[in-house]
Amino acid sequence: MRAIFAPLCTAFLLILALTRPAISEEIVAQFSQNRVSITANFDGSQIVVYGAIKRDSPPPSDDPVHVVITLEGPSSPVIVRRKDQIMGVWANNEEIEVEQAPSFYAIMTTGALSQSVDDATDRLYRITIPRAIRSSAQAANKAIAEPFTDALIRVREAQGKYIQAEYGLRLLQKTLFQGQIELPANLVEGKYRVRIFITRDGQVIDSQFSTIDVRRVGLQRWLYNLAHEEPLIYGLLALLIAIVAGWGASIISRYIRI
Amino acid sequence: MQIFLPIAELSVNAFLLLGIGGAVGFLSGMFGVGGGFLITPLLFFIGIPPAVAVATGANQVVASSISGVLAQMRRRGVDFRMGTVLLCGGMMGSGLGIWVFTLVTAAGQIDLFVQLAYVLFLGLVGILMLQEALRTILRNRGGIAPIRRAHVHTWVHRLPLKLKFRVSGLYISVLPPMLVGALVGFLSAIMGVGGGFIMVPAMIYLLGMPTKVVVGTSLFQIIFVTAFTTLMHAVSSQSVDIMLAVLLILGGVIGAQFGTKVGLRLKAEQLRGLLAVLVLFVAIKIGLDLLLTPDQLYSVSKVIIL
Repeated sequence: MRAIFAPLCTAFLLILALTRPAISEEIVAQFSQNRVSITANFDGSQIVVYGAIKRDSPPPSDDPVHVVITLEGPSSPVIVRRKDQIMGVWANNEEIEVEQAPSFYAIMTTGALSQSVDDATDRLYRITIPRAIRSSAQAANKAIAEPFTDALIRVREAQGKYIQAEYGLRLLQKTLFQGQIELPANLVEGKYRVRIFITRDGQVIDSQFSTIDVRRVGLQRWLYNLAHEEPLIYGLLALLIAIVAGWGASIISRYIRI
Repeated sequence: MQIFLPIAELSVNAFLLLGIGGAVGFLSGMFGVGGGFLITPLLFFIGIPPAVAVATGANQVVASSISGVLAQMRRRGVDFRMGTVLLCGGMMGSGLGIWVFTLVTAAGQIDLFVQLAYVLFLGLVGILMLQEALRTILRNRGGIAPIRRAHVHTWVHRLPLKLKFRVSGLYISVLPPMLVGALVGFLSAIMGVGGGFIMVPAMIYLLGMPTKVVVGTSLFQIIFVTAFTTLMHAVSSQSVDIMLAVLLILGGVIGAQFGTKVGLRLKAEQLRGLLAVLVLFVAIKIGLDLLLTPDQLYSVSKVIIL
């Protein structure tokens, strides 16, 4: 009974905290851009976040306030594979499927992550990277799945797709905050969800959600859409280019030789 | 200058791609090969996903074989009838290859499959070519010209469905050329190569075709097989990257012009020896990647729905 009671109680308190009518501390924030265009020479981008904590009265508590910002790209199921030595050759062996993994995830905090968000808040909002990844593994399989999800995070961190920046945000005068997120070149198209939380004692005081639109533009968009919507025409176009190039090269070479 | 590749979904330096295209074009002009067996592994090394590298490699081979075949046609070095027979087999092989490619990709073993195919075929062909070239060089030093008979009758000549190939001066069954075509089509689909390095020796030693029509006829059928492969990859897995192909083709076209000039100054057996060393080098490099402990044991890929 107690086992059920405790999380219920936390959830109830959280909901209470969320719906408390008079929020004494509020987020006011702005992004340097709310759309990112992937052009032909796109080489990553940078989003600057700046904002303030608006207060009608002095902070209700002396405990430090933390700001947490997350930026999350579209999720998709992925397969994580591990190579093993099979008959002397390194080949993919075991694999697990992760139900939903964000294609991009950045988290920035003004303080240490463990102090900014407590476990219950994290479970509710899925704030930290391991929580943002939804693995379907049952409790019994957790031990097996964990090395794979850890590896997924490691691989994507190395690619700059998952970013965890503790102290990545600056908080001035307990009021103004500012930070920047580096977007890698290989971004997936879609709506990116931005969440800003202010927390005290690991619990959320106020939150603000919005989206940043990431899309291919111009030639990039046209080629990608053509390849996926009209693959036959796209294939023929690829061939046409090759034929013209090969033929042209032959003509040019004849003129050069003479 | 970074350029974002729409299908490979990554950003690569455009000059690097032009350089790869140029270097491979130089070598292919010098040796008279399509260069697919070099371009596809080079694309792996710079981080292009294998599926995209193979499909785009095939597209690049279309361009280089067209310019090659046009040069051969002026020299009357293309046996169209033989080319068509090879092509029939090639289409079947390519279709089968695409099917296997999609299956193996879904099973997550495409990297291994493609790499093993490279090690096996490049290794084999490289050793055979090197052996042959060394033998020729040694023999020439000895100063004794080899005796070559025009017609050696083997089991190939006893098969049914015989057809006259006037340009090649052959009267043989269509089955062996179709089989050779099918093998090359299959390799083209899974390795992103034209298959000239298999086709040329097979035509000379297996079918007994005269050397002067071998390169042109092989290129003629390679155009269609790689074009078919490109189209099939574009439709079945959307893995042809036009942006990547354009840069490789552009570099390749320029490189091939310089390569041809250098190639004319070298002796045939020296060229074959050098090409063999190059082929073996690529095979060994890919082989080592399979044997040495990789830096990253885990890999992440999207789920493919068949």
